[in-house]
Amino acid sequence: MMNLEINGKRREVADGRSIAGLLEDLELDPRLVVVELNRRIVRRDEIDDVALADGDQVEIVHFVGGG
Amino acid sequence: MNPNSNDISPADPAPLRIGETEFSSRLIVGTGKYRDAEQTVAALRASGAEMVTVAVRRVDLDATKEESLLHHLDRDEFFLLPNTAGCYTEEDAVRYARLGREAGLSSWVKLEVIGDQETLLPDTEALLAATRTLVAEGFTVLPYTNDDLITALKLQDAGAAAVMPLASPIGSGLGLLNPLNIRLLKARLDVPVIVDAGVGTASDACATMEQGVDGILMNTALAAAEDPVLMAWAMRQAVQAGRAAWLAGRMPKREWAVPSSPSTGMLD
Repeated sequence: MMNLEINGKRREVADGRSIAGLLEDLELDPRLVVVELNRRIVRRDEIDDVALADGDQVEIVHFVGGG
Repeated sequence: MNPNSNDISPADPAPLRIGETEFSSRLIVGTGKYRDAEQTVAALRASGAEMVTVAVRRVDLDATKEESLLHHLDRDEFFLLPNTAGCYTEEDAVRYARLGREAGLSSWVKLEVIGDQETLLPDTEALLAATRTLVAEGFTVLPYTNDDLITALKLQDAGAAAVMPLASPIGSGLGLLNPLNIRLLKARLDVPVIVDAGVGTASDACATMEQGVDGILMNTALAAAEDPVLMAWAMRQAVQAGRAAWLAGRMPKREWAVPSSPSTGMLD
């Protein structure tokens, strides 16, 4: 298992998981979220190809109500 | 776009135009602080707004089946304008703007760089810097700023597509505190002036539009009303009325009465 920091909290993720795989684990629709990996935005068409690594910092954001 | 939205009266034939994009409503509304998603959508529809603001935040991974706002907002009905609310530095605002672009697939941003927690007044120095950075990256930047003409001119020079001065502090509902400053901005800027923040009720919106500005952006005035949907309807009428009154050109003010009925033809 890899130790990642996802949205500010430590989480264990299976070795070799891609961003798309992580979103699947978290039951998140890739069309409704944006992922930042180590402060770099991962475009939607890249999420299958980008593999996670131990120690990665991941931010997963979406739109919420705001003014 | 919002099928309820057809707010350009014969008296106001020109839609709100920001850059190359036209909007038939001069009212832009926020999506925050409503009771639930259903009330949010009902209020947005009642307002007639085409453009609505949204915020970018972390997904709560511990919440069970948290729903994204995008589940409820049809992007064919509403034009989403991501904001950078809550950002206190140029770096953060740029980061949020980029995330918003990726989430929304449009390069528009309501740019906020806040300088003080209690007043939520803008840090105009950082705002200018962030505007320059984002314009260079191809963003259509709509900066929230104070009602200072010099800052507004600098934002325009930096490439802002519109300038959005406050009427009064965010969420205060105090209405338009300095009509003179807003008129100065409108007189001197070439880009649209959209008053953002501070409107509390329909008369505030009407009075603001009567200064000749191009539009108003509001959130709390709707969401914190006892009946947000009815207030949204009221705001829609108020924005139209204020715009029409501005175009109509108000009568001059006088200190003394002038009769409206003929002074001749009176009975002996």
